[in-house]
Amino acid sequence: MTNSVASDTTIHLSNVVVALGGFPALAGVTFGVGRGELVALRGANGTGKSTLLRLCAGLVPLTRGAAVVAGIDLLVNRVAVRPHVGLLGHRNGLYGDLTAKQNVQFVADLVGATASDVSSALERLGIDQRVASTQASLLSAGQRRRTALAALVVRRAQLWLLDEPHAGLDAAARRELDVILRDATASGATVLYTTHEIDQVVGTPRTITLDGGCVASDVASTIGSAR
Amino acid sequence: MNVALSIARKDLQIEWRTRMLVARVVPFALLVMVLFAVALDSEPLVLRAAAGLVWLAMLFSTMLVVQRAFDIETADAAIDTLLACAVHPARVFFGKALALFVQLFALVVVLVTAAIVLYGVTVSGSRVVLLVTVVISATSGLALVGTLYGAVVANMNGRDSLLPLLALPVLAPLLIGASRATEAAFGSQTIDMANGWAWVGLLGVYGIVFGAAGSAAFSPLTESDS
Repeated sequence: MTNSVASDTTIHLSNVVVALGGFPALAGVTFGVGRGELVALRGANGTGKSTLLRLCAGLVPLTRGAAVVAGIDLLVNRVAVRPHVGLLGHRNGLYGDLTAKQNVQFVADLVGATASDVSSALERLGIDQRVASTQASLLSAGQRRRTALAALVVRRAQLWLLDEPHAGLDAAARRELDVILRDATASGATVLYTTHEIDQVVGTPRTITLDGGCVASDVASTIGSAR
Repeated sequence: MNVALSIARKDLQIEWRTRMLVARVVPFALLVMVLFAVALDSEPLVLRAAAGLVWLAMLFSTMLVVQRAFDIETADAAIDTLLACAVHPARVFFGKALALFVQLFALVVVLVTAAIVLYGVTVSGSRVVLLVTVVISATSGLALVGTLYGAVVANMNGRDSLLPLLALPVLAPLLIGASRATEAAFGSQTIDMANGWAWVGLLGVYGIVFGAAGSAAFSPLTESDS
């Protein structure tokens, strides 16, 4: 499970191939992400962004190549990476019949977070008492996204993997999310998020673009950097 | 263990909020029992078949409860949250099985009471102990098999029809064992108490086998390989 990747590297991918139903969703991806980095992952639909996040979260198996995430070789034991990773997928992963607070509390129970962690996460995401006590199925898309983000915050993961985290959020919530992501990286967490929106990328120090399951470009932003 | 309890509590919170058991499953199960009695149209025959009718109604109702238990996990990809929180699949299995057990236990209490009221069944003395033991062991088996097969079909198309097709044949030994042991508890002349306890032993073995199989198989069933 140990590896020779530098200790300040959170994600190290080398010629990674992931086949989904025989189709190569990732076809030879190579890049590394250092500890505390904030990286945007761009690309058209079907270029492998979500698969890349799920691979890093240990939710899909590596078909070929080498992948080390949080010091754990995914080829050896992909399940072992999960305690270090917080994943927010396309869908929010909420229970519609539970309230927003109960959803966050449930995740807190699973990872051993405290009631005060839950309260501060809800407050941080702007989920007031009224919203917190409302069934998730009755919340707006943006409120559900905030709830899912609050559940992610209570996990205090080493690596945050976010699939279109800005989708469905209003301008104020987007700004707050950006602050949360920057705070997370400032405290040592690594953040990798996908986006379609170019204006979202402008505030991010580094952007990796995927095309056809491969890395098409990997550039550091020189303008509008958030950090 | 705390994780399993958290998962069970979450499932029961959802049940408490939606009242699915009270609003849909219990009326369905009671309707099945009434229709069986109407179809048999003979008091002695209904009395003799009472134990089997209770467990048949339980089996059909279990399919509804199991489907609901896994629908809540797949509706918004919440199962990914469970897996991504590094929850050991065996704990998820036992947590969901525990919540199912609680709901099915409540249901079987209603159905046994209905058998006493509707069919005129009597339970007395030491037979009560046998009945309680049968109810606990058979309901455990139902919950364990239901959780295992609920996970098998959770991500399949047409899971509503696949679940009974796959699970009911596997539940046939439980149906036989639970019916025979309950017959003994109901004071049937065709089976004595000693035989009733022997069937309870079989139900215990059945539960242990499916508990072990479920905890081992739950991981490959819920993990994505593609």
